[in-house]
Amino acid sequence: MSDKHDVDGVPTTGHVWDDNLGDLTNQPPKWWMLGLTASAIWVVAYWLYYPSIPVSNTQSFFKGFGGWSAISEMEADKSVVDEVRGKYEDKLKGMTPAAILADSDLTEYVTRSGKVLFGDNCAACHGQNGVGTHDKQGLFAPVLNDDDWLFGGKIDEIHTTITGGRQGMMTAHKGVLSDAEITTLANAVAAGKPTSTPLFAEKGCTTCHGEDGKGIAAMGSANLADGIWRFESSPEGIKRTIEYGVNAGTPETRVAVMPAFQGGKLSDSEIKKLAVYVYKFGGGQAEAPVAPVAAEAVPAAEAAPAPAPAPVVAK
Amino acid sequence: MSNQEEKQEVGEVTYIYNEFENWTVNKGEKTIHAKRMPGFFRRLKDYTQFSLWLPFFLLPYLRWNGKQAILFDIEHRQFHFFNLTVLPQDIWMLSLVLLVAAMTLFAVTSVASRVWCGYFCFQTAWTDWFTWLEEKIEGNPIARRKLDEAPWSFDKIKKKGTKHFIWLLISLFTGISFSIWFVDAFDYWNNLIHLQLPTVGWVVLIMFLLGTYILAGLLREQTCFWLCPYARIQGVMGDSQTILPTYDYNRGEPRSKIRHGGQVVAPQGDCIDCFQCVQVCPTGVDIRDGQQLGCITCGLCIDACDSIMVKINKPRGLIRYASLDELLGKPVRKMYQHPRTLAYIGIILISLAGIIWGLTHLGSMTLKVMHERQPLYVVMSDGTIQNKYDFKVLNKTDKDFRVKVTAEGGIKDQVIIGAEELPMTHHGRGTSFTIFVRAPGANLNKDTTQIQFRVENVDDPNVYGEYNSKFYGPKRR
Repeated sequence: MSDKHDVDGVPTTGHVWDDNLGDLTNQPPKWWMLGLTASAIWVVAYWLYYPSIPVSNTQSFFKGFGGWSAISEMEADKSVVDEVRGKYEDKLKGMTPAAILADSDLTEYVTRSGKVLFGDNCAACHGQNGVGTHDKQGLFAPVLNDDDWLFGGKIDEIHTTITGGRQGMMTAHKGVLSDAEITTLANAVAAGKPTSTPLFAEKGCTTCHGEDGKGIAAMGSANLADGIWRFESSPEGIKRTIEYGVNAGTPETRVAVMPAFQGGKLSDSEIKKLAVYVYKFGGGQAEAPVAPVAAEAVPAAEAAPAPAPAPVVAK
Repeated sequence: MSNQEEKQEVGEVTYIYNEFENWTVNKGEKTIHAKRMPGFFRRLKDYTQFSLWLPFFLLPYLRWNGKQAILFDIEHRQFHFFNLTVLPQDIWMLSLVLLVAAMTLFAVTSVASRVWCGYFCFQTAWTDWFTWLEEKIEGNPIARRKLDEAPWSFDKIKKKGTKHFIWLLISLFTGISFSIWFVDAFDYWNNLIHLQLPTVGWVVLIMFLLGTYILAGLLREQTCFWLCPYARIQGVMGDSQTILPTYDYNRGEPRSKIRHGGQVVAPQGDCIDCFQCVQVCPTGVDIRDGQQLGCITCGLCIDACDSIMVKINKPRGLIRYASLDELLGKPVRKMYQHPRTLAYIGIILISLAGIIWGLTHLGSMTLKVMHERQPLYVVMSDGTIQNKYDFKVLNKTDKDFRVKVTAEGGIKDQVIIGAEELPMTHHGRGTSFTIFVRAPGANLNKDTTQIQFRVENVDDPNVYGEYNSKFYGPKRR
């Protein structure tokens, strides 16, 4: 290569390899030197601006002249989010859950944050999206998507349930009623027709479950005439419920306790959010029933042969 | 034939490397001061450059219905083209537009080499305008070289200062013109004058200012040589059928200076070694070395050579647009005999068809219906089955409107719940709401049943969206 490149007069390091290879001692290019210098200045500036030097074992450090800290940066970011949420949160404070429900913008906001709250506080018992959880007594916690509510499905009733919790109560009837009577009642209830046996009224079941056996929301008594079951739905299971009651204090009794979320667990706003969120699952009951929009008729091929019952039963 | 002998002796590859040793490649150590000569290609280049880049400066100021006619509104994620608004959901068409652009480049390059580089490229155009200004301020190439070498004087500072100042002004205006394709032009000027551009606005402007100034003012042809990827990509798109500015060595060689007094010492070609073709070349290459990386095929050497040929009473076209086949005396094929070009054109046509289909089928609403997965269905207390659907409606018109929901298919005697009070769908935005469908359990005869939802503007049934979903019920045994 030395034949082709004239490097005479340029100083070398003095080492020679392979007969004629030398190492030129040219300066690095100017742009490179500028870059190096700029980097060095940058390092010093960065080092002084940001927290950098730990101070021995005093648990302290040089805090930098820029005043930057990770926690203040996080709080600044958080305040941006809080500012966006603030205008909604301020409104929520003075509103009833029913008023929130009437405002579509707020409902949208509330259901978004409600999803997180529900996952953190409710889903452990009621399941993700309120699908309910099961155990050997039937449901461990009720399904929240359907329209069957022990304590009422209007927005204010749901709000009250979350705020103060609920604890239904059914006395144990073992010993009070004969085994044959319990079996008769259990079979009638399992068939969905509790009033079909005169025992239902005679033995005082109507006091709590109502004349028609459809339950009384104020007492939290179950609707015995529909297809939704809080506990086991088999005649044996129903018999057991009648024998040992609900929350009756014995080891054999059914257990159904909804804890109160007011007072430390959740703020007032959070409870309102959850009430609206649960209401919107699909089972919430309007104050005045709204006539649903009838869908277009289905093609004959899709229609089932059985005669159709009334489309919607508003409860 | 010594070339042939050498080739046989050392092998083809070594021969090419050996030949390369004799090439001079300008790595930026000398500034190219190209001569400007009038001619056909000079005029053509002026027209093509202006036809492409004048709209770049002027079109953003065009208003349409009180809005900017063409606006890539990145902030609001919309693209406005006169009456048309394209939202990000339809951006797949952009990929077809890019495909058309790329294939047009390929097709044109396979036919006539680097037409883009020579006649349209912003690098060529801006460099051309910058050097035109340079000539106006500092004089012709000889004067410029002299000025470069001269010691610093008041005159030199004045000339150089004026030149760089005007270059920077053009660069600034270039940056502004680029920016106003993406934000409202008049708002932008207003913010610029009041120094209230957002940070990203300043960054873009300064990047473009420096980029234009450095690339077109300082780097010039070095950009084409060492920075531009297309220079290299396009090199492989030509073949022996591609026409490009070519020195006809059959006619020109052996080249030598014309001799006064008519004494012909040796047989002489038409090339008189006047170097006009090299002097006018904006990238400083010698076209007589053959096709090469530095040649942007602008045709200015053809103008220069023709003007000399006329003066020495020789026919024009010693340098002309010719293919390698023509030069080697092979039969010249027609364009339709060029399968590569036809393939490119085919892809262009397919892409264009896709764009036209897309633009005519944009629709004014996009509907998505997501069936709730947990729970798939809910059994209500009266035995009816309820399904929950999340609706997402994208209103692509320029007005807010209310919608209604209907369904086809599904279950006999089903009812739609929640459609009574739907939120307003705001234009250019997505709106979501929940709909329940409830049907008597006895009417279900399948686990899943098809159901088609239709959402339409209550005032205009032509603005609608449809979506196929399913209605789920308990498992059938």
